[in-house]
Amino acid sequence: MKPVTKRPESLVDIPTHYCPGCGHSVVHRLVAEVMDELDIRKRTICIAPVGCAVFADKYFNCDAIQGPHGRGPAIATGIKRSKPDTIVFSYQGDGDLASIGMAEIVHAAARGENITVIFINNTIYGMTGGQMAPTTLIGQVATTAPKGRNEKLQGNPINVSEMLSQLKSPKYIERVSVDTPQNVMNAKKAIKKAFQNQIDGVGFSFVEVLSICPTNWGVEPIKALEFLREKMMPQYPLGVFKDEGKKQEGK
Amino acid sequence: MAEKVLMKGNEALAEGAIRAGCRFFAGYPITPQNEVPEYMSWRQEEVGGAFVQAESEVAAINMIYGAAATGTRAMTSSSSPGVSLKQEGISYMAGADLPCLIVNVMRGGPGLGNIAGAQGDYIQATRGGGNGDYRLIVLAPNSVEELGNFPKLAFELAEKYRMPAMILADGILGQMMEGMSYNFDPIDPKTLPAKPWALGINDGSRGKNMISSYGLGEGELEKMVLKRAERYALIERDEVRYEERFTEDADVIIVAYGISSRAAMAAVNALRSEGVKAGLFRPITLWPFPSKRLAELAKSCKAMLCAEMSLGQMIVDVKLATAGKIPVHLYAKPGAFFPVAEEIAEAVKSILNGKKDFLFNLADLADKADNTCHKPENKICKEGTLL
Repeated sequence: MKPVTKRPESLVDIPTHYCPGCGHSVVHRLVAEVMDELDIRKRTICIAPVGCAVFADKYFNCDAIQGPHGRGPAIATGIKRSKPDTIVFSYQGDGDLASIGMAEIVHAAARGENITVIFINNTIYGMTGGQMAPTTLIGQVATTAPKGRNEKLQGNPINVSEMLSQLKSPKYIERVSVDTPQNVMNAKKAIKKAFQNQIDGVGFSFVEVLSICPTNWGVEPIKALEFLREKMMPQYPLGVFKDEGKKQEGK
Repeated sequence: MAEKVLMKGNEALAEGAIRAGCRFFAGYPITPQNEVPEYMSWRQEEVGGAFVQAESEVAAINMIYGAAATGTRAMTSSSSPGVSLKQEGISYMAGADLPCLIVNVMRGGPGLGNIAGAQGDYIQATRGGGNGDYRLIVLAPNSVEELGNFPKLAFELAEKYRMPAMILADGILGQMMEGMSYNFDPIDPKTLPAKPWALGINDGSRGKNMISSYGLGEGELEKMVLKRAERYALIERDEVRYEERFTEDADVIIVAYGISSRAAMAAVNALRSEGVKAGLFRPITLWPFPSKRLAELAKSCKAMLCAEMSLGQMIVDVKLATAGKIPVHLYAKPGAFFPVAEEIAEAVKSILNGKKDFLFNLADLADKADNTCHKPENKICKEGTLL
């Protein structure tokens, strides 16, 4: 009998600590499937962030390093420049990447580092208990914005993909979502491209994944998916913001 | 190899690191260490290494974190305010047991301070500097020659004990030119022993390698910290380095490190020519600190004088080492001022004659202090014009 599906080899066979309904598990699986399909597990290095995905270093079945909050792209730079034959990806949440690590992501993108960045946008700080993130929507309630994010007090959410696409050096920037089976398939395609680009020496590749946090949003997973579609997508439209990928000869 | 050349401190340091097999450098511009990244920018390319001008000191140290995790001899350099910014990454690397080299070409502080040489970061360097319980191996060169040769020693110690090492220099050493020679042949990093813990391409002969500083399981972090402490104990036992001059019969031993020791040595020579029995003790490793040897010397001398370009930081370690057995005095040049040999000599004479000239005592300052702005009833202060 031919198995239709199996656990990816690139995912360690241990339970994750993610909450029920969390999008991280889905994205982990997609990244692992891509690593399997591209046969890069043995030369891939994962950089785990600070935040909910801190234990990504345990979950991915490849070499891994856990770094300070927001510094993933700087660590990736150090690894990739030292060992150009490795495949390096930084896995980051919205607080990690778009707040405390904004300088690192912008400059890694501006330098055009040949790395892959997976950016999980769920509009909230998960690990610390639902504080306002740079991506929190106007009116969205957070433990540090109990009356909802107020434009006048806390400004507006940051659209990272649109912002990074203003830079010249990044080669591939796409925003995807994991709310429906179809969108999950699209997300996998984008993640695969972001890794393939690195293999081909194309350059900086960035995938923003809209994800849900039922626990800290305080809603059931089904409602959370509705929130993603109805509230998040208008602010964070899906799509390809940049795709200038061309395989580099000799790389 | 032993050819003597005239070199600027910062460049001797950069070339020394290259010769020691450093193949990754990331840094951020800050005076007075700019020659280091400038030199590295073209020299790393020549030797097939990598140079990145980072967007910040924070990014630079995290690039070192990544590069060091692959087993590459990686280095960053900066000066005092920049090294403060690097503390996050240094703490992570100490927690992740990664070898690397951090250079602090110290300048005046606190805050922006100024760009002249100073020794105000001793406590920060020797006590870890970032969050958590850790140490750095801290080497204090006192010449351009040592600046050039210490990177090799620093990398070797860092790798032997799997921890970050720091070279604590200062703006004077970094900027001055001297004759120097390298005491070792250039090292090809490919000839260095493999690091089984390093991240990289897995040929299937090992499991996955992980590098992190966290230990969230019950008792896990305690185990990690205690295991590290065992290595710290070995370092304190086996890796202490210092230099002694005329200490055997000295009545007063001047304790000074780095550039201050040069002025102190001149003072010792002047005092000896006058028949005053002075000696010099120069810690080369600031951590591990040569406490044992200082404790022994405390039995034979009458007093010690610390000569420092700070309000008195190393003196804390000297007092701990000598445990109140002898008086320990301070000649201080804080605020990026250079120690003067004649003044140090006078300070030694003050100690022997029961005087106070050129001896620095914080308590004495209280009597002279203009404390008007601390009185709430003071009208000028209330109006804020003093601020």
